[in-house]
Amino acid sequence: MILSTVLFGRTYQFKSINEVMAKANEEKSGDVMAGIAAESAEERVAAKVVLANLTLEDLRNNPAIPYEQDEVTRIIQDSLNEKIYDSIKRWTVQELREKILDYNTSGNDIRRISRGLTSEMVAAVTKLMSNLDLITAGNKITVTAHCNTTIGLEGTLSARLQPNHPSDNEDGIVASILEGLAYGSGDAVVGLNPVDDTLESVKRMFHRLEEVKNKYAIPTQNSVLAHVTTQMQAIREGAPADLIFQSIAGSEKGNTAFGISGELIAEARELALREGTAAGPNVMYFETGQGAELSSNAHHGVDQLTLEARCYGFGKTYEPFLVNTVVGFIGPEYLYDSKQVIRAGLEDHFMGKLSGLPMGVDVCYTNHMKADQDDMEILSTLLAQAGVNFLITAPHGDDVMLNYQSLGYHEIQTLRELLQLKPIKEFEEWLRKMDVIDLSGRLTKQAGDASLFLV
Amino acid sequence: MVTDTQLKTLIEKIVLEMAGESKASEEHTPKLKQTDSTNHAVSEEVLPDISEILIKKELLVPNPADEEGYLDMKDKTPARLGVWRSGARYMTSSALRFKADHAAAQDAVFSYVSEDFVKENNLFPVATVCQDKDEYVTRPDLGRQFSDEEKEKIKAHCGNPKVQIVVGDGLSSASIEANLENTLPAIKQGLKLHGIDATNDLFIKHCRVPAMDVIGELTGADVVCLLVGERPGLVTAESMSAYIAYKPTVDMPEARRTVISNIHEGGTPPVEAGAHIAELIKKMIDKKASGLDLNKV
Repeated sequence: MILSTVLFGRTYQFKSINEVMAKANEEKSGDVMAGIAAESAEERVAAKVVLANLTLEDLRNNPAIPYEQDEVTRIIQDSLNEKIYDSIKRWTVQELREKILDYNTSGNDIRRISRGLTSEMVAAVTKLMSNLDLITAGNKITVTAHCNTTIGLEGTLSARLQPNHPSDNEDGIVASILEGLAYGSGDAVVGLNPVDDTLESVKRMFHRLEEVKNKYAIPTQNSVLAHVTTQMQAIREGAPADLIFQSIAGSEKGNTAFGISGELIAEARELALREGTAAGPNVMYFETGQGAELSSNAHHGVDQLTLEARCYGFGKTYEPFLVNTVVGFIGPEYLYDSKQVIRAGLEDHFMGKLSGLPMGVDVCYTNHMKADQDDMEILSTLLAQAGVNFLITAPHGDDVMLNYQSLGYHEIQTLRELLQLKPIKEFEEWLRKMDVIDLSGRLTKQAGDASLFLV
Repeated sequence: MVTDTQLKTLIEKIVLEMAGESKASEEHTPKLKQTDSTNHAVSEEVLPDISEILIKKELLVPNPADEEGYLDMKDKTPARLGVWRSGARYMTSSALRFKADHAAAQDAVFSYVSEDFVKENNLFPVATVCQDKDEYVTRPDLGRQFSDEEKEKIKAHCGNPKVQIVVGDGLSSASIEANLENTLPAIKQGLKLHGIDATNDLFIKHCRVPAMDVIGELTGADVVCLLVGERPGLVTAESMSAYIAYKPTVDMPEARRTVISNIHEGGTPPVEAGAHIAELIKKMIDKKASGLDLNKV
């Protein structure tokens, strides 16, 4: 294992794989704040050169956080397909990159290779990829999952409809749902972030979402994004839940800060399969985002990209229906500006897919970040090209509860028209029946009028 | 499309009709100015302020299936509903309004509370170690630290008060300028009713919430109350929060803070918030606790 290189006549000696991994990262303000980022552009490239020549075996043997110390490491290492790993362990990271991009490697081949990869390998190859590499490679990998409907099939682009309200007013929430349906959003999930995440409130929200879904016979799934334990109790008390949601982290300490463990998530999944309302078998919904571990002081000196990959390694054990990074929500101390958010969005999508996850993205930003709606339109177009399973949408892109901006309902329809993508089949048929889209997939004359659903 | 000639005829017709309706005498009849019909002259008219349009009342959908029902739905949420479309894209007016609201939010973050405002409100200005706004937004750890020199200034100015009021720009300078002049006097008046005097108020530039813990340690105050700008959303860029703690110390658990958020004209009105804050401070002094601990006692 060589941790040193010469570049432009200067010698760079790195102390550990973690240092190489951190310094090989594209610049992120979170890594700078953590004091682990490359100190110059040249050092960044030197680290990439060293990383390119490490073998997958080197990475397997040096997990970001030691096996004995961390549950996430254990889950990732123990779930590996040893036969596949043995057949690829001598590849260098640059060979893995080229293998993924090669014409002769199909999407299925990549899915197979993926079973022999740890999250550190997934992160490492991502650090050697340009933005267009990430789009090209991401586009090769198809990952589908089934809850009530099937998400992720080739040629589809789905949307989460996010009808949040600053005081959980139920009529206001339903209004935002109807508006979204009138533009063709909501085939991935109708997912509400409640303000009041107490048990009674969460139960009420589950019932209200189910009522809307049944009233209009919408072929989709519902989710109330409260803490997993609250959702579990709500289900035990009869609340109708298709999915169980939880935010997850890339270290055990990060998961502890979220109040979860592998055991708890496994228990939640068992409960959803036994007492949930969905057909399944994929009944979990996870959210992630670069920087979460640093913000809870659970990063162990590991860079935010590697920790993000470890979220996916952890999450895939529970066979989720939806996973999305909330890419720009965390703020400029982790992702400084639109350049960093665009990069992170493409990285996260690719890493999720390479980890075998049905990956979506909340293309978003806060108002203290140097980014705007134009940047989100760019990232969403790139992600749709990369074959992202789903994107998050809110009315006009403005989430009036979480006080950040995402994509609007209009964007999902625009991207579908532009790139000839379709909603999930059953949902598409429903949209036709409701006269929201025509046979060519374009909006009908009255689409966008939410009051259609009132008459 | 309407041609220039058609437009001119149309304007003349409207003007004539208006004149007829108001039964105005000859000299009051509005006359079409020569300049209105040419494209070269600059009119003295001013376009209305698009930020004053009430989003809840504005329905852009033409011929909705149920107009009354739609307006009812819009009344239940501040979300931007009924915005309509051109093709699959937004109408120009809603896109411009979104941009305006985002501009206000960004300006609220990246602008400063004016020095005059600080002076007029008798606030003693100090600053954390952040060099500029850029460092402030990227280094939350620095927005809670003071240089030794600033610490001495704070000690000398504040002395050893029972209640120390602190104002911080936080993530919205606009929220401080919009609300403080109503909230601060209301807090002081409320405290006075309990015989408590709060003087020597501080203003902290580049302030994060935990900066109040340093103030607590430096002054030994029983209660520190920080009024600070919240991260702005598009609905309002002027929302302020109050973080209040009994004898705060550096690195104390967050659960020891009591928070009143959403202080702005459209949320908790600033005067009402001030009165509420004064009562909370009194309660904390009596119970010697704050945050979750205050609910237990």
